[in-house]
Amino acid sequence: MYDLVPAFPQTQTSRPPMLTIEHWVGNTPLVRLQRLTRHLPHSIEIHAKLEWFNAGGSIKARPALNIIRQAEANGLLHSGKTLLDATSGNMGIAYATFAAARGYRVQLCIPENASPERIKLLRALGAELVLTDPLEGSDGAIEKARELVAANPDRYFYADQYNNPNNWQAHYVSTGPEIWRQTNGHITHFVGGLGTSGTLMGTGRYLRTQKPSVQIVSLQPDLPYHGLEGLKHMPTAIVPGIYDPSLADENIGVSTEAALHITRRLAREEGLFTGISAGAAVCGALQVARELAMQGLPATIVTILPDAGYKYLSDRFWSE
Amino acid sequence: MAVIRIPSPLRPYAGGKTEIPVAGETVGAALADLAGQFPDLRKHLYNESGELRPFVNVFLGSEDVRHLQGVDTPISEATQLRIIPSVAGGY
Repeated sequence: MYDLVPAFPQTQTSRPPMLTIEHWVGNTPLVRLQRLTRHLPHSIEIHAKLEWFNAGGSIKARPALNIIRQAEANGLLHSGKTLLDATSGNMGIAYATFAAARGYRVQLCIPENASPERIKLLRALGAELVLTDPLEGSDGAIEKARELVAANPDRYFYADQYNNPNNWQAHYVSTGPEIWRQTNGHITHFVGGLGTSGTLMGTGRYLRTQKPSVQIVSLQPDLPYHGLEGLKHMPTAIVPGIYDPSLADENIGVSTEAALHITRRLAREEGLFTGISAGAAVCGALQVARELAMQGLPATIVTILPDAGYKYLSDRFWSE
Repeated sequence: MAVIRIPSPLRPYAGGKTEIPVAGETVGAALADLAGQFPDLRKHLYNESGELRPFVNVFLGSEDVRHLQGVDTPISEATQLRIIPSVAGGY
């Protein structure tokens, strides 16, 4: 369906030694949840992809690297240009990681209330930050980035993760094929959160080409005002241009409280120290699993754990 | 009167306003007055037990009121409170 050039090595099953940071993108582990799924029949499996194993520490390494490489190939990003985007943190960290290694300047619009760990990390990687009004959320950061580009179009390469097809295509050529290989084609359900929607769009489209019966389930916060960092409530947010709501067979709304609860359980019962969006993802996967169990159906459910919990340690909920 | 600044995701439930004057001598009383003026806001701010939801961040200046006296933090006529959303975006 899509004629794409793979963004990063796709065929290897183990990582090669002694290569650049860019080779440490993709081929992340897929693990089966054990204790959180004890109540389910053995015929229902939930597998989680551990995306903090990517360079830069999150799933965002995949789209960031693809966006940078494709922009270079198309002459949009070169010496003297500054890469600009709005980010809630992880995409910025990924941009800054690869831009540092390639010698590009990076400027990021980020809400002022992003966690202090993320802001410090971005500055440590050399990114220039434009802190935006916290009352306007991530949409305010998007609007600020658009303003900056409009005022100085020649200065910037506007990466525009919300509208750049190289975002979802990164998952089409990497995340999707990896999941297909790692489950030996047995996947029945893919459950993914919506932020830019790139992960769900790219991974879901690839899996559909391999197995049209795969069920694609999207997750988003149940209410517009929420605490699920990294996820968007689509009905009330600026809708990303790359988002196609018709791809998903089902959409699940996850409450912040439920996601925080599962995030704690992932750490304490599975040894998986994750960010909050990972807790939301597993919440959704468990909900799908429960519905299938009630129908007596077997399933191999795969979901994504976008990042580890280190950048959220200042959040109160870890001590609750 | 004190004022509460409303984040963009909550404005549809607050008559589209960015700032709401509120009565009350504490943060808790001000929030209760806000929810009284705009009942649709209540479920976004409070859980079923009537407590502030854990991710509702209320700031007095640059301080999260949880680091002050919580909902018992005293306020004055000149106080400006802000309800700060979490950062969305991402995947």
